[in-house]
Amino acid sequence: MARVVVNMPKQARRGEIIEIRTLAGHTMETGFRRTQHGELVPRDIITLFTCSYNGAEVFRAELHPAIAANPLIAFHTIATESGTLEFRWSGDNGYSATHSAAITVD
Amino acid sequence: MSIRVLRLFLLLAFACSASAEIPLAERRSGYQDMGRETRAMQDDDAINPATLWVLDGEALWARRAGAAARACADCHQDARVSMKGVAARYPAFDAAARKVVNLEQRINLCRVERQQDKPLAYESHELLALTAYVARQSRGLPIQVESSERTRATLEAGRAMFLRREGQLNLACAQCHDERAAHRLGGTVIPQGHPTGYPIYRLEWQGVGSLHRRMRNCMVAIRAEPYALGSREYVELELYLMWRARGMLLETPGVRP
Repeated sequence: MARVVVNMPKQARRGEIIEIRTLAGHTMETGFRRTQHGELVPRDIITLFTCSYNGAEVFRAELHPAIAANPLIAFHTIATESGTLEFRWSGDNGYSATHSAAITVD
Repeated sequence: MSIRVLRLFLLLAFACSASAEIPLAERRSGYQDMGRETRAMQDDDAINPATLWVLDGEALWARRAGAAARACADCHQDARVSMKGVAARYPAFDAAARKVVNLEQRINLCRVERQQDKPLAYESHELLALTAYVARQSRGLPIQVESSERTRATLEAGRAMFLRREGQLNLACAQCHDERAAHRLGGTVIPQGHPTGYPIYRLEWQGVGSLHRRMRNCMVAIRAEPYALGSREYVELELYLMWRARGMLLETPGVRP
């Protein structure tokens, strides 16, 4: 199932600032809610998102319980060279998702 | 005639005249009353969270299921072609079932009869994903449900439900969504209630939900006993609402606050 969506340009000029937008499908259960019977619903969130560009980390975000479900993370980076961007989400209960996308820089 | 009777008469006359339908040209999609950020969220597939459901629906469309080991794509091929405009004419009369069915029920009919599988539960992730994917193919097309002899009884039942007061608050749909649309309830604008973007990603739900879930919301809000999701009553109301929104453009998958 498509649990992450990444949107970014496939091509860019060298030195150009590109926008990358990512969506991850996740309930982001805060851990503060209770069921109708008063039991606490355990926390289940994404805690870390990283993006690396040809192995070098260019963006990192720590996520916390106040963040809405299906978090959208948009950020910018400079297109330096052709290669791949690796996206990684990790969180509670062993949640982990990865995505990679190629970019051609000329 | 005493003053009290006269006042009652005037009130009744006002209530009757006010419950008139919204003129076709003055209809507004809930989209137009949303904030700038929420509109941007719907406009761009890359940030519309319902995209996650649409993509899941695309995967389900191609996946073989049931005893027949058939996928939707085996009969209908490319949904972008075969499903174009389908959602805009649902709920529609189904000749085999001899009743009006909505898109979710149509998908489940296929699932039971053609794929020979168990029907998907109403409001399940799979059914919402498939419905969103099918309805996505009709985005931008005008809503055009059938209004003929065979759908008339359902349509009229839906209209009657729309005008009928219900629940402890004794409110009819029409009182908010016809008469008081564009006024405010608390801080928010009351929408006219046109189902142009279903299934929608509702920020309050933090997920995608069906029109029936939204109707259930309203029923609970007026403290009425809600019907079951997928019930005959909701399909009747759905048909009336789609007829009421005839000609308006489908926005699926919509985002609503």
